Amino acid sequence: MSSAVHHSHSPTQLALRRFARHKLAIASAALLALLALAVACAPLIEWLLGVSANQVDLYNRLAAPSWQHPMGTDELGRDTLLRLLYGGRVSLLTGLAAAACAASIGTLIGICAGYFSGRTDTVLMRLTDSIIALPLLPLLIVLAAIDLTKLGLSAQLANSESISLYRIIVIVALTGWTTVARLVRGATLSLREREFVLAARGIGASDWVIMRRHILPNLLSPIIVAVTLSIGSVILLESVLSFLGLGIQPPLASWGNMLTNAQQLIWEAPQLAIYPGLLIFITVICFNFVGDGLQDAFDPKAEQ
Amino acid sequence: MGKFILARSAQALLVLAVMSVVIYALIGLMPGDPIDLMISADPKMTSADAAALREIYGLNQPLYRRYLAWLGAALQGDLGYSRLFGQPVLDVLLPALGNTLLLMASAFLIAVAIALPLGTLAAAKPRSALDYGVNLYAFAGISLPSFWLALLLIMLFSVTLGWLPAGGMAPAGAPLGEQLRHLALPVATVATLHIGAYSRYMRSAMLEVLRHDYIRTARAKGASERRVVWVHAWRNALIPVVTILALDFGFLFSGALVTETIFSWPGMGKLIFDAVMGNDFNLAIVALLFATALTLLGNLIADLLYAKLDPRITVGRPR
Repeated sequence: MSSAVHHSHSPTQLALRRFARHKLAIASAALLALLALAVACAPLIEWLLGVSANQVDLYNRLAAPSWQHPMGTDELGRDTLLRLLYGGRVSLLTGLAAAACAASIGTLIGICAGYFSGRTDTVLMRLTDSIIALPLLPLLIVLAAIDLTKLGLSAQLANSESISLYRIIVIVALTGWTTVARLVRGATLSLREREFVLAARGIGASDWVIMRRHILPNLLSPIIVAVTLSIGSVILLESVLSFLGLGIQPPLASWGNMLTNAQQLIWEAPQLAIYPGLLIFITVICFNFVGDGLQDAFDPKAEQ
Repeated sequence: MGKFILARSAQALLVLAVMSVVIYALIGLMPGDPIDLMISADPKMTSADAAALREIYGLNQPLYRRYLAWLGAALQGDLGYSRLFGQPVLDVLLPALGNTLLLMASAFLIAVAIALPLGTLAAAKPRSALDYGVNLYAFAGISLPSFWLALLLIMLFSVTLGWLPAGGMAPAGAPLGEQLRHLALPVATVATLHIGAYSRYMRSAMLEVLRHDYIRTARAKGASERRVVWVHAWRNALIPVVTILALDFGFLFSGALVTETIFSWPGMGKLIFDAVMGNDFNLAIVALLFATALTLLGNLIADLLYAKLDPRITVGRPR
C-alpha cells in the first residue's frame, strides 16, 4: 500500500508515460520536430547556398543536383530544396493556424450545445450534422474561387500575396470545426452533471464562469487529440486546393502548388512530382500517428 | 419508423433548400458576370450596351429577386443553358453523372471486396503481422494526398511502363478492353484511398463482436475458429460497417473531384471544377446542387438502413 503512494503519478505523468510507450507516435513526433527545424532554418540554408528561393534562372532549368542546388532545380530554374523548405513553412503554418481556428469554433459550438442542451443543443447539432452531410470539396472550390472585391474588399487587398494564405485558413476553419464540436459536446454533456459543476452552480457561479473555469479546462485533452488528428486532414485539404490552383498562389510556394506544374512535366522531370507529395504524405501520417498516440495516452479505456 | 423517415427526409429537404440559396449566392460572388463574358466576346459592345443588357437579363436586380426567378424556372424544369458546352444543363449533367457512377461504383466494389476480408482477418488474429500491416495501411490511406497518388500511378503505369493511358475515357463504341484500360488508373486511385479506412471499420466492428457471449458459446460447443469468425461473428459485425459504407457511398458522387480532374474523367467532379473555373454559372449551380442532393440522399439512406438493420435502435421516439 505504502509503495503505491510512493509511486503515485499525476494524470499528466501517466498520460506522458502511456504516450512514450507508443513508439510510432514518438518517432513521428521526432520527425515532425526535425521537419519544423529544417523549415525554420530555410533562410540560413538560403544564405549558405547563395541563391534565393524564388530566383528564376532560365539557363538552369530542370538542372540535376549539384553543390549549388542540392536537389536540382524546377522548370524555371528555381532551387527545389529551398522551394520545398519555404513551401513547408506555408503548408505547416496554414495547417496549424486553420486547425487552431477550426478547434476554437468547434469548442465554442460544442460547449454551448452540451452545456445549455435543449433547443440550443438541437439547433447546433442539426447544423453540425447538416454540414457533415455536405459534399465539401466542390463547395470549398467555389468558396476559394469567389471574388473578394464583390464582398467589399479593395482590389489591392484582394490581390495581395498574403490574402491567399488567410483565405485558405478561413475556408478550412469554416468547414473543419464539426469533429471538434461533436467531441466537445459529448464531453461537456457528462461534465455538466459532475459534482464540481453542481457545486459551482450552487454557490451562484454564472453559466459563463462555469463553462470557462470549470468545464473548459477539463476538455483540454479531447481538444488536443482532435486538433492533432485534424491537422493532417487540414494540410491535405490545403494541398489539394493549392494543387488545383485555388489555394496558395504562386510565386509563394506550398507543397500543394509545387505539384501543379509537376503533372505537365511528368515525362521530363518526375522527381519534381515526387518530393512535395512525399513531404505532404510524411507530415500528414506523422500528425495522425501522434494524434493516435495522444488518444491512447489520454483515454486508456479506448485502448484495445 | 414512418415518422422517422418523414422527419429525416424533411431535414434533408430543408438543408437542400438552404444550400440552394447559399450556392446561388456564392456563385454570384464569383469573378465577373455573364455580361462581362459577352463583352469579352464582342469588342464592339459599349458600356451603355452592357448596362442595357444587365437591365434586360435582370442582373441589376437584388439577389433574392434573381434567386426566386431562377428557382421558379428551375422548378418548371428550365435549368438553363451551359455556356461551356452550349447545351441545356441537364443534357450535360446526366452523362457526367453516369460516368461518375461507373467510376465510383467500380472503385467502391473493389475497395469493399478487398477491405472487408482484410479487416476480418486482422481482427481474427489481433497483434499479428497482418493486423499491424492493415493498421499501417489504414493510416497511410487517410494520409495520402489523392492527387499525388494519381501522379505516382500515372508515372509508373503510363510513363515508365507504358501499359495504361494517362487519362481520358474511351469513346462510347470502343471495345471493352479499351474501356477497362481507361478505367483502371482512376479506379485504382479511388479504391486505394478507401481500402484502408474500410478495413479499419471492419476490424474494429469485428473485434467488438468477438467479445460477445454468444461467440464464447459458439467456441465452447466446439465450432471451429473459422466457423466462429466467418459465420457467427461476420454477419453481426457487418451491421455497423454497412451503415458507414452507405454513408460513404453518398460522398462518392462528388468526392472524386480531384481524381476525375487529374485523369480527365468526364464525371461530376470534373464537371463541377470546369464549370466553376470556366464561369459557367448555370452549370455550376445545378451541378453543385445535384451533388449536394445525392450526398444528402446517401446519408438519408444510411440512416434508415442503420435503423432497419439494427432492431435495438428505437426510432421515432427521441430519447
